[in-house]
Amino acid sequence: MRSCQLRELGRIDYAKALELQQDLARQRKQGQIGDQLLLLEHAHVITLGRNGRMENLLAGEEVLRRAGISFYPTDRGGDVTYHGPGQLVGYPILDLREWKRDVIGYVRAIEQVIIDTLAEFGITAGRIPKLTGVWVEGRKIAAIGVHLSRWVTSHGFALNVSTNLTYFQYIIPCGLTKPVTSMAQLGVAADLGAVSRTLAGQFGRVFDCKLVDETPVPAAPGE
Amino acid sequence: MMTDVVMPQMGESIVEGTLTKWLKKPGEHVDRDEPLFEISTDKVDTEIPSPTAGTLSEVLVEEGKTVSINTVVARIEEGGNGAAPRPKSAEAARPAPSAAPPPPPPAAAPSTVETTAEVTGPLSPLVRKMAREHNLDLSRITGTGAGGRITKQDVEAYLAQPAGPPTAPPVPAPPAPRAAPAAPPRAPAVSPVPPAGQPKIRVEPMSTMRLKIAEHMVLSKRTSAHVTTIHKVDMTKVARMRDRTKAGVQAQYGFSLTYLPFVTRAAVAALRQYPVINASIDGNNIIYHNEINIGIAVALENGLIVPVIRNADEKNVLGLQRAIVDLAGRARSRQLKPEEVQGGTFSITNFGSFGSVTATPIINQPQVAILGVGTVEKTPVVIDDAIAIRSIAYLSLTFDHRLIDGAVGDQFVTKVRQVLEDWSEDVL
Repeated sequence: MRSCQLRELGRIDYAKALELQQDLARQRKQGQIGDQLLLLEHAHVITLGRNGRMENLLAGEEVLRRAGISFYPTDRGGDVTYHGPGQLVGYPILDLREWKRDVIGYVRAIEQVIIDTLAEFGITAGRIPKLTGVWVEGRKIAAIGVHLSRWVTSHGFALNVSTNLTYFQYIIPCGLTKPVTSMAQLGVAADLGAVSRTLAGQFGRVFDCKLVDETPVPAAPGE
Repeated sequence: MMTDVVMPQMGESIVEGTLTKWLKKPGEHVDRDEPLFEISTDKVDTEIPSPTAGTLSEVLVEEGKTVSINTVVARIEEGGNGAAPRPKSAEAARPAPSAAPPPPPPAAAPSTVETTAEVTGPLSPLVRKMAREHNLDLSRITGTGAGGRITKQDVEAYLAQPAGPPTAPPVPAPPAPRAAPAAPPRAPAVSPVPPAGQPKIRVEPMSTMRLKIAEHMVLSKRTSAHVTTIHKVDMTKVARMRDRTKAGVQAQYGFSLTYLPFVTRAAVAALRQYPVINASIDGNNIIYHNEINIGIAVALENGLIVPVIRNADEKNVLGLQRAIVDLAGRARSRQLKPEEVQGGTFSITNFGSFGSVTATPIINQPQVAILGVGTVEKTPVVIDDAIAIRSIAYLSLTFDHRLIDGAVGDQFVTKVRQVLEDWSEDVL
């Protein structure tokens, strides 16, 4: 069975996490390391995908700055999204050639990981055709945006655990005018660590790999 | 040689991809495995690396377009050598590299590139691969292909030789990029990578399409006695008809209605009346064409092509517009069949869409005339000693004075003008 190194990074700055995943993706491409799964939480940040449209960002820079939200254009797929405390963010760095050479298959598998994770917390989630992501009763609970270079993935997904959903007012998430939700809003008070561990387990199952927890990274400053 | 770059298949069930961004511009050098463009499928953005090293000579699919897998999206001129154009059909029929280009070959790659530079003529990927696998110095192999090109057979013959120093004399190497003009005519060796410092020029091989256009234009100027006559046309009636029916056409047929099909329809009427315009010259004979097949010039990102509306006289304005939209669209996505750019008997070029008031087009050989359409603009004109605002356009006809005299040329354009000015045919 393939192994996948799990790195739980805690609360980490977006720019720092971006640098880390880019570095890991580069090493993965060169075959210096195996597959990686980064699980973490960001401070308030709004990111724009490669095909994102600025008009889906509803607030101006000044408003964002005053609200303490940083803004990054990125090279992932998808439109605009928000990350912040209470949201479990996952960046799998996988070489898909060792799994399946199928980008859609990959996105569907990520959705499955999240659907199965939510099921363990008693939440029935599913897909909406053509609207990538994970949905609960027409509300989006998890967003997906991936970058692929030589079959090595970066960026990934964001699952709202106890996210303060009012921050989504600054954007039209993924360019869709559909509401967002979180596990907390659905009445499940789980802490991020518990969701993270469950998700890692489901990830290993769906991607058929053994997760090796090393997490040799400096502990992120807590709150 | 030219290498086709295709839209890769990014998964079993995936039949198409959207090209979101070119990371290189035409004329830029690209290394093998260097990211060349990006595609988007679902929520995944993928960087596609270049299958080979060379100069990006043609970009065939523009950003934002969705094309099916294996569609040729670009061509790369390998090694910067001007290759003899290969037969098109063979090239187009073969969907080239696989979805996932192999990882960069280990250390061998750079040395192969160096070797390539010493050898006359372009090398096929197969020969390159063989050279890499057997660690061959290609300059020691005598090429027997076109222009001294090294073929697979040459490499096999070389490998079949008994061990020991090869007896074949080394292929004379063109000394350096600077000496390019002295090199054999078929292989104008150039270095796409400018040397360090501040180069004063940049040398770039022409794409196959550019070469063909250049050849055709000069041939035409050399062949025909070009004369251009320019007439002012009052397009007000056509403009009104177009305004009245535009929304309906869009709603009912899904394309927008331009001035071009009106002009084409008027040209058809005039061609019927003046068959000598719809003719060609063959030696000392005049060939009158019984079919009216109108070529429409379509600007491509890096060139131009003239697909043909066959039997244009059998189509009304709507039919002509549909044909124009279809041909132009497929010209831009490189999906025209060879017969669709052949057999034209007359051509129309619509430079007005680029804001030009008038121009003097070059005849599309072996035809004898081409009609240029300038931009339609509201203009104050004097009618019965009063000033009125009318939609005015200039039509220019370039004709071959070997066959057509000025009077006939002007009568032809007058007929086109009359049809447009007295427009009566319904569109919907």
